[in-house]
Amino acid sequence: MLTVTDLSVSYGAINAVAGISFEVPQGGIVTLLGGNGAGKTTTLHTLSGLLKPKGGKITFCGEDITRLPSHQIVARGLCHVPEGRMVFANLSVAENLAMGAFLQTDKAAIAETREHIFTLFPRLKERIKQTAGTLSGGEQQMLAIGRALMGRPKFLMLDEPSLGIAPRLITTIFEKIVEINRAQGITILLVEQNANLALEISSHGYVLETGRIACSGPSEKLRTTPQLKAAYLGG
Amino acid sequence: MTPSRRIFSSPHLALLGALIASVTLTRFVADPYANDIFTTLGINIILAVSLNLVNGHTGQFSLGHAGFMSVGAYLSAAVTMFIGPRLLGEDGGALWAQNAVFFGALLAGGLCAAFVGLLVGVPSLRLRGDYLAIVTLGFGEIIRVIFQNIEPLGGALGLNGIPNYTTVAWTLSVAAITVFVVGCLVNSTYGRGFLATHDDEIAAEAMGLNTTRYKIVAFGIGAFFAGIAGGLYGHFKMSITASGFDFTRSIEIVVMVILGGMGNTLGVILAAVLLTLLPEVLRPIAEYRMILYSFLLIVLMLVRPQGLFNFHFPKLRR
Repeated sequence: MLTVTDLSVSYGAINAVAGISFEVPQGGIVTLLGGNGAGKTTTLHTLSGLLKPKGGKITFCGEDITRLPSHQIVARGLCHVPEGRMVFANLSVAENLAMGAFLQTDKAAIAETREHIFTLFPRLKERIKQTAGTLSGGEQQMLAIGRALMGRPKFLMLDEPSLGIAPRLITTIFEKIVEINRAQGITILLVEQNANLALEISSHGYVLETGRIACSGPSEKLRTTPQLKAAYLGG
Repeated sequence: MTPSRRIFSSPHLALLGALIASVTLTRFVADPYANDIFTTLGINIILAVSLNLVNGHTGQFSLGHAGFMSVGAYLSAAVTMFIGPRLLGEDGGALWAQNAVFFGALLAGGLCAAFVGLLVGVPSLRLRGDYLAIVTLGFGEIIRVIFQNIEPLGGALGLNGIPNYTTVAWTLSVAAITVFVVGCLVNSTYGRGFLATHDDEIAAEAMGLNTTRYKIVAFGIGAFFAGIAGGLYGHFKMSITASGFDFTRSIEIVVMVILGGMGNTLGVILAAVLLTLLPEVLRPIAEYRMILYSFLLIVLMLVRPQGLFNFHFPKLRR
């Protein structure tokens, strides 16, 4: 569904991503792992058009989206849940969700998706009128995911959904990610530091190390490779 | 909400009420001093509320509002001074004809300012925060120097003998329209994009918003109303000089926005009123007045950094 070929991205003279290639099959969950500064977030930002690549090619559903602006990429069903939750802090929960449906025009479909999100995350319904900035970390993450789902994506990119969230809630969030994938058939690309959890729910993993793919393979195999530890600990 | 219900909903009634009030108020303002105060008040409200769309709601720090104001002031003055007499004839024409020319002049001034706003905005709105502030500051100075050197527009001496068309009714009506347009815009579905751009640009783009376009639209609309305010100002003072629109003027407007609470329309209106009236109230203490005025500003910022009038009214929040 998504094919990345030889992608490289740089910030000025610094190469953050230096020629990576990977593939995400339709209906799957694929995870990008790696320590700080490995280039995970840069990769996601480039996929959603927030950064422009220096070289390489991104193909989504058979179409080259490498140089499209971000709003056109979202319109094609590739949606990004940015790192650090990034909800619109001054808008209410309901307004945040409405922003997620920004490119949707069918009102009935929007209402239906919203109901679906409330069954997925009942907590959001309880707090519908509350300002998003006053939610807890876990609730903000639920809102960020819910907001992305409002756009009825085919493909969801999650950047560090476990970041700064109470451990008890992390499991809940990951269960919901699996549910979104299974029940709605949304393909998921997951970027995580919590490698064990990410490899548990994904089918395939790629380990990034300073902008290159250090190793890759089926998730259950990756869990036991020594290279994974090396990528995190710099050994 | 269906369109038919929207027409009768409260913002439209409020606008109508404000328009009627401003026209009737004019009949009771005979005193030139009061006339002066009310006109300045109206102009400051237009400037502050329109800048609030850019600095407050959309979160882009512009320091060039006086620049846009001067574009509107000069252009509308040029229209009424050079084109107006040909349309109105020797005797100056009837009152309605004068007002029609004035309306056209204001509109031309506003549109020209909006055009200049887009011209500045398109390349510079890719910048963020302090960088944008510096670019807009520089732009304001460029405009000032350009006007200072256009001889047909009076050069450094300024443009004198502008007809006195501005009335309290004109300014307060335009102020009401500005508040209405900005208020309705920000509370609409489209307008939530301004707030989203302000809250988090990356998340907004990830949602499929074209944030650059939002910023440019906010900049253009802000500049449009600043241009109209400039037109009103010129036809009120009857004489304008380029140096009257320097960056201290921009700062004055920014202070109103910050004091009122960024992104809080009601607060910004109140701050504009307060900052217009305060120097007048302090007039009896003559030479100490600006010192006290500045001192009060410092105290207010220390005591209420979130804006003087930024209370949490759910409905009036913006």
